[in-house]
Amino acid sequence: MHLSDEEKAMMDGRDGPAVQKAMDLLMRYGEALGAERLVETRNVCATITSTTPFQRDFALAKGGGMDAVFSEFSLDSQETVEIPKFKVFTSHLQLGFDPGQPERMGVSEEIVQFYNKSERHAAGLGAQIMNTCTPYQVGNIPTRGEHCAWMESSAVVYCNSVLGARTNTEGRESTGAAMLTGRIPYWGYHLDENRRATHVVELDVEVESVQDWGLLGYYIGEHVQERVPVVHSRRGISRVPNLPRLKHFGAAASSSGGVEMYHIAGITPEALTLEQALGGRAPVEVLRYGEAERRATYEKINATGKDAEVQYVMLGCPHYTIEQIWEAAQLIEGRKVHPDCELWIFTPRAIKSLADRNGYTRIIEAAGGILMTDSCSAMSRAVPKGTKTVALDSAKQAHYLPAILGVQAWFGSTAECVDAACTGRWNGGMQ
Amino acid sequence: MNARDNTSTLVIHGRKVVGGIAEGEALVTRDRISGWGGIDPRTGTVIETRHELRGQSFAGKVLVFPGAKGSSGWSAMFHMTRLMNSAPAAFLFNEMTTKMALGAVVTHAPSMTDFECDPLECIETGDWVRVDADRGVIEITKKNNKSGDRP
Repeated sequence: MHLSDEEKAMMDGRDGPAVQKAMDLLMRYGEALGAERLVETRNVCATITSTTPFQRDFALAKGGGMDAVFSEFSLDSQETVEIPKFKVFTSHLQLGFDPGQPERMGVSEEIVQFYNKSERHAAGLGAQIMNTCTPYQVGNIPTRGEHCAWMESSAVVYCNSVLGARTNTEGRESTGAAMLTGRIPYWGYHLDENRRATHVVELDVEVESVQDWGLLGYYIGEHVQERVPVVHSRRGISRVPNLPRLKHFGAAASSSGGVEMYHIAGITPEALTLEQALGGRAPVEVLRYGEAERRATYEKINATGKDAEVQYVMLGCPHYTIEQIWEAAQLIEGRKVHPDCELWIFTPRAIKSLADRNGYTRIIEAAGGILMTDSCSAMSRAVPKGTKTVALDSAKQAHYLPAILGVQAWFGSTAECVDAACTGRWNGGMQ
Repeated sequence: MNARDNTSTLVIHGRKVVGGIAEGEALVTRDRISGWGGIDPRTGTVIETRHELRGQSFAGKVLVFPGAKGSSGWSAMFHMTRLMNSAPAAFLFNEMTTKMALGAVVTHAPSMTDFECDPLECIETGDWVRVDADRGVIEITKKNNKSGDRP
């Protein structure tokens, strides 16, 4: 790989051993990819803190130092190096639990204490403790064309597709190196030619609700896997999808497949037209999404749902927006969660504080639900005791929870999910 | 009898992803592998439901597969397998992605891709494979031709 003079200086140790280790990792990673050079970034989204007993034991074995944990898990360095303040703006992603709800999530007090120590360390280095899979909801909104180094598949696909910024799916170690150097390999979605659509998805049905967009995303992911789809409607898309819709759409497409970038003709920034999205190339395939495809996708996502009794309703994957909390509060106001069911809603901490001020938290709690932050049931593996069947308004969670926890899952609209929470039964069905 | 004579050993070339030399029994799958939610790093076992390797461990094996899929936690999970001594001996794969490249780098296992023939066609589970990633060469001793002595 070709290095600039600035990069050579970092590699030679000018900025200390941690930056040198970070450059060494980026070189090994870039060469593995076949990249020719690095690109500058000022925007990193990553997991830095530690929430597992394994990491706590590792820290103890290394004398308890958080630098040892960062050296190994974020820089791939067996030698413990002193970690300096981060060179670039770094946002922290979601956690393995909500530190405010350890009992409910089955997390021991020792692990919460260790997490708190780890969080102080990360904040001290300059990390923004956003603790969400949706950093774009709480202040990290990259500009079109901006080179980023982001983890979290649903955030990556939003960053590339909706914002028109540029990132690959990075990992804990490459983002660790990017924080300290402001560099990431120039490969994949950083390059124009890899951002063009490979597959056209022609819409034969209207796609309007959050649930509709989730179904479409799940269908597309299954069919294009890791390629780049462009959604196109001959009649034009009558209702422009907003943030919650595109958040759900991308998350579904990156769960059933590995979509890291998509276009919606006439809507997303690199696809003002179908032709622009394709960049002058013929598509590999043209798919048609009509009523039959929509129904088949609905049945696939609901394949594990068998029992009508629902013990758990989870909303918020990716993390709920304030608009979605507002909607959930309207749906549940004056009702009560059934005694045999629990309702957990997951949102970023910053948005919970807004929901607190708006009175939504009080409405949800008065009904017997709870607003949780920082995590979700797929990350924490935590569900209410005795959960056999869960109802969700997220295609992504409906994909992961049965695999991770062996539960049954019903996927439906927010209104159907709130109704399931209040009746303890799934009464949903394809609209 | 020599298990590594010319009649039983196939040599193919590819591109180094991570350098080093390792050998072991091949574990071959046509399914892509998820890191987070797809493997148990304590044992190196594939846990994803419906995966053809579900319940099997890749610890110490030469893992031959199309490539990585799923969450950005891929590298962190395989990084853990190294710390827990359950990592594969080597990675041989077809599809390059950032998840795959970073995962191979932090697992420190010799890794190769871009082969002159598809490793999913040339290698079967149980074959003995020697990976010399530095030279870009793998030697495959077919299990069917083996006399019983492993090299």
